[in-house]
Amino acid sequence: MGSLLLISVIKFVAYVSIVLVTVIMLVYAERRVSAFIQNRLGPNRVGPWGLFQALVDVVKLLLKEDIVPKNAYKPVHDLAPIISIAVALSTFAVIPFGNTIELFGTQVKLMIADVNVGILYLLSITSLGVYGVTLAGWSSNNKYSLLGGLRSSAQLISYELSMGLSIIGVLMVCGTLRLDQIVLHQTTYLWGWLPAWNIFLQPVAFFTFFIAAFAETNRLPFDLPEAEPELVGGYHTEYTGLKFGLFFLAEYANMFTAGAVITTLFLGGWHLPYAEYLGLSPTMLSILQVLTFCVKLVLVELFFIVVRWTIPRFRYDQLMNIGWKVMLPLTLANVLVTGAVMLLIQ
Amino acid sequence: MLESYVPIFVMIAGGVIFGVVMVKLNEWFGPHRPNDEKLSTYESGMEPIRSARERFSVKFYMVAMLFILFDIEVVFLYPWAVSFKQLGLGGFVTMAVFIFVLFLGYFYVWRKGALEWD
Repeated sequence: MGSLLLISVIKFVAYVSIVLVTVIMLVYAERRVSAFIQNRLGPNRVGPWGLFQALVDVVKLLLKEDIVPKNAYKPVHDLAPIISIAVALSTFAVIPFGNTIELFGTQVKLMIADVNVGILYLLSITSLGVYGVTLAGWSSNNKYSLLGGLRSSAQLISYELSMGLSIIGVLMVCGTLRLDQIVLHQTTYLWGWLPAWNIFLQPVAFFTFFIAAFAETNRLPFDLPEAEPELVGGYHTEYTGLKFGLFFLAEYANMFTAGAVITTLFLGGWHLPYAEYLGLSPTMLSILQVLTFCVKLVLVELFFIVVRWTIPRFRYDQLMNIGWKVMLPLTLANVLVTGAVMLLIQ
Repeated sequence: MLESYVPIFVMIAGGVIFGVVMVKLNEWFGPHRPNDEKLSTYESGMEPIRSARERFSVKFYMVAMLFILFDIEVVFLYPWAVSFKQLGLGGFVTMAVFIFVLFLGYFYVWRKGALEWD
């Protein structure tokens, strides 16, 4: 028990440092890609090619005054960013970022927590993220914040439905709630050559899940909670310093996790097609698979970024219409069609 | 069995600790020079009018209620989906009837205009 706790703490520290570095790189990538799209240079002064810009920004936020408006409800105002970051950091726990690897003579699964209901854990924890946003909006006692928080909670719960329903199709195909088993299921081949990734088996679910992931991470075209032209900063209008920074970090950490979940559920996770025929040693193969996972993740994140800077924002009624009148029936129909097709094949 | 959840509790606790430490660090390092203007509610430079804690559109409440209804149904689908291959045709027909009834309710809600935003 004690050693388990110690290992968990070590895993957590390693994981948090990786996530923070990744998040900082993501912020940098976003600023550079957006600059490229808008024909600018972007941050290029701090460190080589401006790589340390985001890091310096964190230090800057640390040295800023923490302002709590006098009409705000301070305990909740303090609590909201903590909820956001805790939720954002703990979601990644169940994602397998590689197959097993042999360390010191034992087979170690490359995931932080090997639980048998991985997907349910993911869904439940991500839905807790609503609290951070809503409480931030309410406790600030500011009209922009309140509207941003309300809009955000309505948006998050609407798209959570489609998200949950898209996963059903994957579960029917794979027949398990364990994320490592789902990835293993995708390592087989259809007709002997096509990798059985769920993107090929469940294209509709992939599509709806991807859209829902955009909405869940509050990214453009679904960034209505912030929508600068109408709501100033949305739910974090009244936040300064690192409390604002925590929301910012949480947003990018959520994006990181969303990319990882998409990779795991639909893009074959750590599976590199045909790599098992290369005749590599098991350790080399494991390392290669972890790298594959990272590459897929980076590609998904880049896609997130490019979409953000090339597509205009929806109106709020359009957003809710897509969520309730398009995504919901589509995902339910997908469940039925998947069931029917699977019965026919059997 | 329960041991596999230890890393998860560590993750959640670690996340909370990380957040608290960050907020506290900011309080220590940041300056503290409050004044009335700085602490007033931000309203694009105008004098704040009334409080923000007033009535808001009932639409948000409706969405929350509908969400609970549909989310419970999604929860029912999970165990069914996992054991779909064992349940076979019987399981599929049962769930098809369930989803059909759900669709009836969905179209009722739609026709009643609960999904309209204006």
